[in-house]
Parts: sequence; C-alpha cells; structure tokens
Amino acid sequence: MNTMTPLLEIRGLHIDATLPNGSTAHLLQDISLTLARGQVLGLIGESGAGKSTLGLTALGAVRGGAYVRAGEVRLGGIDLLTGGPALLRDIRGRRVAYVAQSAASAFNPAFRLIDQVIETSVQRRLMSKADARRRAIELFAKLELPSPETFGEKFPHQASGGQLQRAMTAMAMCARPDLIVFDEPTTALDVTTQIEVILAMRQAIREEGMAGLYISHDLALVAQMADAIMVLRHGRMVETGSVKQVIEAPATEYTRQLIAARGLRHAVQPERPPLLEMRGVTAGYGNVNIVENLSLVVPEGRTLAVVGESGSGKSTLGKVICGLLPAKAGRLVFAGRPLEPDMHRRPLDDLRDIQIVHQNPDMALNPRQRVREIIGAPLGRFQGLSGAAREAAVAALLEQVELKPELADRRPGALSGGQKQRVCIARALAARPRLIVCDEVTSALDPLVADGVLKLLARLQAEEGVSYFFITHDFGAVEALADHVAVMRNGAIVATGPTAQVLQPPYHPYTEALIRAVPELRLGWLDAVIAARKTRSQDAFPDRRPS
Amino acid sequence: MLVILAKRLAMGIVLVLMASALLFFAGELLPGDFATKLLGSSATPETVEALRRSRGVDAPALARYLQWLGGLFRGDLGTSLTNGREIAPLIATRLKNTLILAGAAALIAVPLAVGLGTLAAIFRNRLFDRAILVLSMVTVATPEFFFAYMAIAVFAVNLHWVPSISIITAGMSFERMLPLLALPVLTLVITSCAHMIRMTRASIVSVMDSDYVGTALLKGLPEWKVVVRHVLPNVMSPIAAVVVLNLADLVVGLIIVEAIFAYPGMGQLMVDSVSKQDITVVQACGLIFAATYILLNMIADLLAIALNPRLRYAR
Amino acid sequence: MSLSDATARPAAPSRLAGLPVALAALFCLACLVCVIGADWIAPYGEADLVAMPWQAPDLAHPLGTDQLGRDMLSRIIFGARTSIGLSLAIVTLAFAVGGALGLAAVTLGGWADAVISRIVDLFMALPPLVLALLALSVSGTSLVTLTLTAAFIASLRVFRLTRSLGIDIAARDFVDVARLRRDSTARIMWREILPNAAIPLISEFGLRFVFAFLFVASLSFLGLGVQPPMADWGGMVRENVGALNYGRLTPLVPAGFIALLAISVNLIGDWLVARRGGGR
Repeated sequence: MNTMTPLLEIRGLHIDATLPNGSTAHLLQDISLTLARGQVLGLIGESGAGKSTLGLTALGAVRGGAYVRAGEVRLGGIDLLTGGPALLRDIRGRRVAYVAQSAASAFNPAFRLIDQVIETSVQRRLMSKADARRRAIELFAKLELPSPETFGEKFPHQASGGQLQRAMTAMAMCARPDLIVFDEPTTALDVTTQIEVILAMRQAIREEGMAGLYISHDLALVAQMADAIMVLRHGRMVETGSVKQVIEAPATEYTRQLIAARGLRHAVQPERPPLLEMRGVTAGYGNVNIVENLSLVVPEGRTLAVVGESGSGKSTLGKVICGLLPAKAGRLVFAGRPLEPDMHRRPLDDLRDIQIVHQNPDMALNPRQRVREIIGAPLGRFQGLSGAAREAAVAALLEQVELKPELADRRPGALSGGQKQRVCIARALAARPRLIVCDEVTSALDPLVADGVLKLLARLQAEEGVSYFFITHDFGAVEALADHVAVMRNGAIVATGPTAQVLQPPYHPYTEALIRAVPELRLGWLDAVIAARKTRSQDAFPDRRPS
Repeated sequence: MLVILAKRLAMGIVLVLMASALLFFAGELLPGDFATKLLGSSATPETVEALRRSRGVDAPALARYLQWLGGLFRGDLGTSLTNGREIAPLIATRLKNTLILAGAAALIAVPLAVGLGTLAAIFRNRLFDRAILVLSMVTVATPEFFFAYMAIAVFAVNLHWVPSISIITAGMSFERMLPLLALPVLTLVITSCAHMIRMTRASIVSVMDSDYVGTALLKGLPEWKVVVRHVLPNVMSPIAAVVVLNLADLVVGLIIVEAIFAYPGMGQLMVDSVSKQDITVVQACGLIFAATYILLNMIADLLAIALNPRLRYAR
Repeated sequence: MSLSDATARPAAPSRLAGLPVALAALFCLACLVCVIGADWIAPYGEADLVAMPWQAPDLAHPLGTDQLGRDMLSRIIFGARTSIGLSLAIVTLAFAVGGALGLAAVTLGGWADAVISRIVDLFMALPPLVLALLALSVSGTSLVTLTLTAAFIASLRVFRLTRSLGIDIAARDFVDVARLRRDSTARIMWREILPNAAIPLISEFGLRFVFAFLFVASLSFLGLGVQPPMADWGGMVRENVGALNYGRLTPLVPAGFIALLAISVNLIGDWLVARRGGGR
C-alpha cells in the first residue's frame, strides 16, 4: 500500500436522518478530514454536534434512520460507502475498531470477557485461539487490569465500570487494527477512575502505534489524548488544527468560548454569620447509614460547595436539609432556630425558606404543565399571589433568570436543557427562599450552558442574598461559585474550609487525588502526570502493577 | 441462586394451596339449592335434607376443606353433586383427551411460532415481517370460535374432509382419532401462535437492538454469526418464558375449543358443570386447570432464573 | 443501538399508512352510534320474527335472518348495544376499582400496599376463565355476575399498571417539589401524577376493553353470558351454529363483527402509542 495515502480520508460528508414524524434532520453537513497512520484526532462538540455520527462512519456504519446523502469515506484509499456489505465486514474489527461509551452494555452479559476480547481475531481467523489469548492477556497487562492472566475469566457483571472500559479497549486493540474510534469512553466514570483509564489507554495507543478518533465533550481531556482537534457544532465543522494551534490560537469565537469555559473564578467575600448548621447528622435508608455524624455550616448569603464522587453521600445531605429524608440523629439549626428533621412537621415558613434545584430538569419539571403553572404554583402557595399579580410575577421571574416572558406558555418539552434548568431556578426563587439546595445543577448541561447557569446563580446571590448548598463533583463549578467547600468521601467529610484554602496546597491527600485527576487544558498535562507517577517509586501503587 | 429457586418453588406450592382454598370456599357461597333443584319442586324438606346429608354437606366447612384436600392427595376428588358418581375416574379419561389435544396443538404451535417470530425479527421491517405482524394482530383480536367455525364451514361442511364435531371415545385407534383432532388442533394452533409470534419477535428485536449486538456487528462478524453467537444465547430465556406462558393460555383456550367441537375433555366437562351448578366437579376441574397454569408460570420463572448469568455467577 | 451500513437509504413511508387506522376509527364510531341509538337505527325489533329462518341476504334483510327468522342486521345492531355497552361498563368499573386501589396502594404504601398487592398476585396467578367459570357456577348465569366477574379480573391488571405508574411518577423530582410546598395528596395526584399517567392509562383502557369484549363474547358463546332472547354478538354465534350444516355462513357474521371491533380498537391503541413515542 502506498505510504503516502492517508489512513482515513473523509470528503464532503453529509448525513441525514429521517425522524419518526417524517421530517429530515441534517446530522452532518459537509465534513472533510484526513487522518495519518498513528495519529489521534480529537472530535469535540456539545451534545447534538454530530461527533458520534462522524465516528461511526469510519466503520461504515450509521445509527437507525440515518443515511449518507453525499460524500465519501476512504479507509486506506478504499471507499467504504460504495464497497458493499462484504467490504464493510472485512474492514470492521480487523482494520478499524470501536470503543463505546457504555462498556457495561457493550459486552454480551452471557460470555466471559476473554471470549469477547478475542472474538474478532479468532472468528475472523486472524490468529489462533492460543495466540489471541496470549495477546489479550498482554493487553490486559498493558492496560493495567488486575491479575491479567485471570481477569478475562470474569463475566461483564463481575468487573467494575473502569475495568470494563479498559477491557473494551483491549477488545478493540486485540486484532491490531489501524484505527480505533473511541466514543466518549470515560464520560460515565468518576474522575479518579477516569484518570486511570485514560492513562492506560494513552500508553497502550502509544505502544501499539494505532491511529485514533477520540470523541469527547471535554476539551481538556481531548487535548491530552489527541494530536489534532476538530471542533464540531450542529453537524458542521467549526475549526480544525493541531492541538497546540486550536487551544493556543483558536481561529473562531466558538472555540475561544469553549476554551474559556470553566474558567469562572469567584471573588473572596467577607465572612457572614451562619444560616444553616448541621451538627452530627446521621442519615440513610433502612439500616444503612449513608452519612454519619456529619457537621457543616452554610453562611448567610454565601455558598457552601460539597464535592465528592458518586456514592459519597452528597445528594443524601441535600435531601436531609430539605426534610425529604429525615436525619436519624443530629441537629439542624436554621437562622438560629432548630429545624424539624421531617418536612411534614416543618412550618410553611421553613418550607418556603429552603428550596431545591435538581440535577436533571427533565425529572424536576412536570412535562404536562406549562412554565406558567410550574412557576406560578410556589407563587400561589408562598406569596399568596393569583390572577394578574401572579402572571406579572411569573414574567418578572422569567426575566430574572434571563428567559423571555413568552416562554411562560411553553411546556418543558419545548425548552432546551439550559432553559429548563433556568425554569427550575425561577421556581425556587418564586418562594423567595433564604437557602437553595443545588444538587448537581450543571452536570447534565453542556459546558457553555453550564457556565451561563453558574453566572446566573452568582448574580442572583449578589442580588437576593440567597445562600447555596451547592452539591457537585466538578471543581470548576466550585471555583466559580463557592466561598466554602467540603470534600466528601464515603459519607464523611475529609476536608473543609474556605475554598481558597481547601483547593490550595497543602491539600488533604484525597482532595489532591481528586484535583489532580481532573484533566487540565494545557499541553503535556497527561505526560507530566505519567512522568510524575514514574518518578515516584512503583511501590506507591503496588496493586496497579502486578508481576 | 438455589435460594431463589427454592423460594419460587415454595411460592408455587403456596399459590396452589391458596387456589384450592379459594375454589373450595367459593363453593360454600353456593346457596344450598342443589338438592332442591335436583329433586324438583315437589320434594319435601325431609328428602332434601336426606340427600344433603348423604353427600356430606353438613360437616363444618373447614373440616370438609381439609378432608377434601386430603382426598386430593389420595387421588380422591369427591363425588358429583348432580349424579353422585365418583369424579376421579370421570376426570381421568377427560384429562387424557385434553392432554392429547393440548399436546398435539403445542407440538405444532411452539416450533411454528418460534420459527416465524425469529424469521420476522431477522427480516425486520421487510415485507415478510409486516405480513406476519398484520396476520398475528388479526388473530390475536379474533375469538377462537370465529376460526373454529370458519374451519368447520370450509373443511367439514364444504369439503367434507373431516367431521365437524370431534367426539372421541375410549379405545379409539390413533388413525381414527387423527381426523377428529384436525380441526380443534388447527383452531388452537392459529389462536395460540399469534401471541407467541409477537412476543418471540419482540424479545429477539430487543436483544438485536442492544449495544452488545452493535459491538458484534462492528467486529465485522457476518449477520448470521451475530445472531447465532450473540442473539440466540440471550433470547433463550425470554423465549422459553414466552413459550411456557402461552402454553398456560393454551390450557385455558382449550375450554372454548372443546365446547365448540363437543370434544370430550376437561374443558367441556367444566363448562357443562358450570351450567348445571355442579360445584364439586367445577372445583376439581378448576383446581387441575389452576395448578397447571401455576405450574407452567412457575417453570417460566425458574427457567428465567436458571438461564441468567448474573445469578449463575455471583460477583 | 440499532446500526445499519452507511450505504442504505431508508424507504419512504407509505402514503396509505394512515388508512387502516382511519377505517378502524370509522368502524368504532359506527358501533358507538349503534350502542346509543339502536332503537332508532335498527329496521326491526330485537326479537321480531320477520321472515323464514336462515334466509339468504336480500334487500329487505341485508345480512339475512337468524335461526328463528329474526333480521340479522337488527340483531347485530342491538347486539352491539349489549356487547359493547356491557364491555364498557366492565372496563369502567375495573378502572374505578383497580385505579382507586392502585392509587391507594401508592399513597398508603407500607403494609396496606403489601396486602393489596399479595391478594392481586394470588388472583393473577389463576387463569381468568377458570375464575369466571367458578363465579358463574356459584351464582348462576346472570348479567350482574358476569359484569362483576369480568370487571374484577380486569381490575387486577388495572391495579398493577396504576400502582407501577404511580410509583414511577411519584419518584420523580417534581413530585418532591410539590410535596415540599405542602400541596395536598389529592392535588398532587390530580395535577402532578395523573396527567403523566394519562396516555398509558388510555391505551390500557383500549386493551382492557378488547379483553373484556372478547371475554364476554366467549362466555356468551359458551351459553354462560348474555341469555336469549337478548341479542349479543357472542351468543348470536352460538344460536346460529346450526346454519353451517345447511351451508349458510350466518354465525360468521356476528363472529366477524367481534373480530373487526377488537382489531379496530387494537389498531387505534397501537397508533396512539406509536404517535406518542414517535412524536417530539
């Protein structure tokens, strides 16, 4: 084969989809790219940008209902779109392989992992079974899976999410393809798991010399994994170039915004007296305690951020404060008065003073009600407003959260994700609360939309003097909003204090692990992490380097 | 996993016991007019009383329930209220006839339905699949007797191939039984297939839409290999459940088909006894139907548990 | 994830796709008109002997006559009133009872939920036809028993659906928000939960209607449901069975109407669900 031919070449690709209602959606419009052997191209964009669709076309595949309107996709000079099913079967698995976002559902639950990892090599007669097993075990070791010799004997449900994602990478690499498509491979993982997976993947890609298409919504992550970046938006290419070029000298306003996203910093504010105090709180379901003997303070008109990974118990705390999950032990003090643990026994004033905004606005907004009713209900209950007065108040609240008053007529289904979250905030504000529990309010949103919501929350705090109990796993959001921060792990607080203090050295070791695991938008960050790990003696992580 | 299996087994036994209690005590609600009915309006209270006592209707209810239950274990189903004959031998021949009919129908319907459902899933959204879907929708919504009479009109009345009623008698040879069985079996096959086809297709389609089948396709495996290696092992359990559940429905569908063709089975016996208010026979037949239904449902659950790798291999 | 090769172009949807649903809706409408206005529409009375038995269709009797010489068309129209009216009554009753119990199980929770659910499980473990036959053998054949029994059987499934929908919706955050502003239970049910359960409940209503309708038809056919001389479609099949021996297809007329109505309601139900799932 001519070494001058690029490995992957896409020209003028248009992909459309027929929607169930009969209309046509343009998933990709006029996309062109070239990828050389051994090179990794990062595809970045918000949800709906078409990056997954583009990734699948490298395997000559589209999702149900989609089809190619125009363009060509060449792998090693061969056009995949006109080659027919036999050609596609031949290249898939052998020359180009796929790593999906959710490895847990991408593995067949009925088979042991090793049999699925070597399936391409054995079924396509690329290797003998014994060779393929040896290769798989070698890859397991390379990807730092525990006891590589026996790891493959597990069934998918017996391995953790991070392990499955690495096993899926081994599965893609086993038959030594030229190109691997990584489709948001770490999006579902916690940061400390994610860093282990990307470290392992990065080293394996390097050592195997494979090319890659790395799809992600996280620019910082892509910058570490890729040699070049393509920015997509609404199915169109915004810009493309080397990683250095794109992050250091972005050519378009959109990319500049993406880079600036997550860069909000909260100014240090003077201390205020406490509004809510939790003293020795224990809570959980049945006999299981999720949080135990925990004490925290939320100051008046300030933000306390609670950071932790999934399962740390941070959302449970939010429910305890609202009284949805009464604490089993400990005391809650609100504005100097004791607060009933159970919402049913709280006076209406306490219910009004403490409001909540949830993570997922789709679950938090009744899809059958209009925005007017959604925001109007607390106005009626807590402010006693009705008729024209309520109508005016709804319009004022919408304006306050930077939405057009016309949206009052819409149902949640006709709003975007960011608009929905703003309606949730307006509903909480309608009660004129003193404290709002914000439970992962930005984690379901795209970065730019999340930034908008964070700015809004900061402005509302300055205007209304409301306090936030801000639950998150995202340090960017903490730095954007929080005066104080508490780091949670396994239902207990490991570090707490003013944000500037907790998030600066000297760190608590767990805080440090969390912070260091978050990819930074800086060239060579991952290499620095790898180098730092190598210089530290290997016995720092004995369990991760068997044999 | 053994614990789960044992629990499900115990639940099945409890359900059968509760069903028996329900059947028995429902009979207690029956106003005691069977004797009056039986002896006609001219009967004196004394003769009515005598008849009741002779049938053991006078003991306390709970005692008679336990007695009845004990009898069941010894194969004694009691005596008919209307004619005083032993129920067990009466049911024995009927049960055999019913089992022949149900067995023949299941033997044809199950492979046919699973086969057609699988083909429909493989040729999803093509002409064959659409035709199968439309046909099965029509048959699901159509009562058994429509097909039965269609079949009678065509094959018995017009073509004279087979008789329109299917009275089989003891000692009848298999060759002579065959034409008699044809129409009832045909009716049962048509009506029980439809639902099974749709459910088989749905189970396979849901597996075919799963991420791991997408993974296998992106490994470059040919479609038939994906079906054999990845789809089949995962649809065994849902399809087994579908088949067993539909066998349970077939047992009940029998009641109507037997009535149409005057086929001397359990179903017809039960329907006759209901119109005669012969509660002891209704109880005996009902218990056998209910126990079969519960047993088949239990088998479906047990199969699903046994075939689930998550339960076979603990974390 | 359903994948296809990136070369295939999907077929354009047929323009005639909506036709069966439209016809089904038309047929259901016609049936409803018969239910309401049978007395005005039917050319002859329900029990009027107007001609020779099993007369072939002609202009005066478009569907022929039955085993006693009554006009089939009129009997079909009156039969619609009995069969459909009865089924509607059964399903309405089943939704009132099953729905109320389901909502009660969701709101009360705890042991009340456990007790109701276990009892429902027991009855669901028994074949419905056997339950019905048991009830009919105890109380004798009457329309009241028939309605109550069929409604009871249908209410079991309505209970299960309402309960699971209720639990699913009550777990959503917007219900927590309503509780946190101390909305009453009734208001939460009415404004937050029911509107979100409406579509599945409506499609279940259609499904239960078809089951109840076929169930009543089957029992009438067995001679255990609606009793003569009242006309009902299942019973009419039974009455006219003898015609087959004379080469007449009379019993297939009511049987066909039964099938047509059941198919029509199913078609409309499927269409509702598909439109709901496919839209927006």
